[in-house]
Amino acid sequence: MTLIAGHPELRIDPDYDSPEYRSSAKRAPRQPLVLLADSLSDGARPVFGEDLVRPTDADLTLGPLGEAQGQRINVSGRVLDSEGRPVAGQLVELWQANAAGRYRHAVDTHPAPLDPNFTGTGRCLTGPDGAYRFVTIAPGSYPWGNHPNAWRPAHLHFSVFGRLFTERLVTQMYFPGDPLLAFDPIYNSVRSKRDRERMVSSFDWDTTEEGWALGYRFDIVVAGHLATPFEESGGVGR
Amino acid sequence: MRAGTEQAIPAGGLIPTPSQTVGPYLRIGMEWLGAKDLVAPGSAGAVPLVGAVTDGDGQGVPDAVLELWTPGAWGRSLTGDDGSYSFTVARPEGSSPHMNMFVFARGLVRQVLTRIYFPEVAETVRVDPVLASVPASRRETLIAKWDLAGSLRFDVRLQGSDETVFFAY
Repeated sequence: MTLIAGHPELRIDPDYDSPEYRSSAKRAPRQPLVLLADSLSDGARPVFGEDLVRPTDADLTLGPLGEAQGQRINVSGRVLDSEGRPVAGQLVELWQANAAGRYRHAVDTHPAPLDPNFTGTGRCLTGPDGAYRFVTIAPGSYPWGNHPNAWRPAHLHFSVFGRLFTERLVTQMYFPGDPLLAFDPIYNSVRSKRDRERMVSSFDWDTTEEGWALGYRFDIVVAGHLATPFEESGGVGR
Repeated sequence: MRAGTEQAIPAGGLIPTPSQTVGPYLRIGMEWLGAKDLVAPGSAGAVPLVGAVTDGDGQGVPDAVLELWTPGAWGRSLTGDDGSYSFTVARPEGSSPHMNMFVFARGLVRQVLTRIYFPEVAETVRVDPVLASVPASRRETLIAKWDLAGSLRFDVRLQGSDETVFFAY
């Protein structure tokens, strides 16, 4: 593998071809990627207005009839670029299972109870320092059909926007010490331990509220214009 | 990238957060932001953009999100049960008008990036460095077609003999 010109840092993303993750078998591209020659000069970017979200959109514990069930957690962090600069005024979307490990979605057939006060969805815009904050419920683990006795580690789905389209990122936030991480094909689709651990939040006393909620911190770093590894054959590999 | 390898991060740089799949339940998190119309339907120059996302068996992908990224407008559309999607777009400026499209889906550990060129671009391939960099045999997968209803059609084939070209960036 050789590197093309550009910043020496590289994509740390998983290979599309992740055989342990069964759903990738019929969906992961098989042909070599083509390097997008003009991505550096492309002016495509999103612009989200301040009125896109309401303050209450960042509190997932507020149900129509009362409070959602489960362990309250404060999840906060900053969205930064790879040089540590804050990404301000951009959209952060969150979705997750409820405390019992069930999503409010038609295709989730896990026999665990739904919570009428928990939709499991939230969003906010980052502040001038790139900061975001959600109040939610600790998600439960849940079984899935990937392999025998497969269970997903507890996680939150995050969708974040950078300044440029090349910084667009969807990821999952995990919880420290979860014994299921070692067995999860999706978490382990990122082959480097160092890079995987960027997806694990840290327990945080500063945002833990006495008598009320636990705090977790999760900073999100969106990669900008990165060099892309090429295979010796000339195709683009990941 | 090969298993277990770690890329060097320059001094002062941060390790990027890796991508993970949107999973099968993306709808609850991403459908709230309806942005199918990059321009108002019926306005001057507005055209429907339609297509489908299909997997290696040719089956529609019902749990995909598509995002259009252009210098002037951004849009998002979710696929239906048959994998179909739709937007309303206008022809972008420039000599080889195109739009970037991200596709997110269960089974994709990271989104894929493709590019939709307007049909007229076929004759201008020589002046577009991206299109010219794509093997000629696969170029057609990036060029939208006019259908009989006056819509632009652009299908995204994740695998197969006519797999859509996806870009590294």
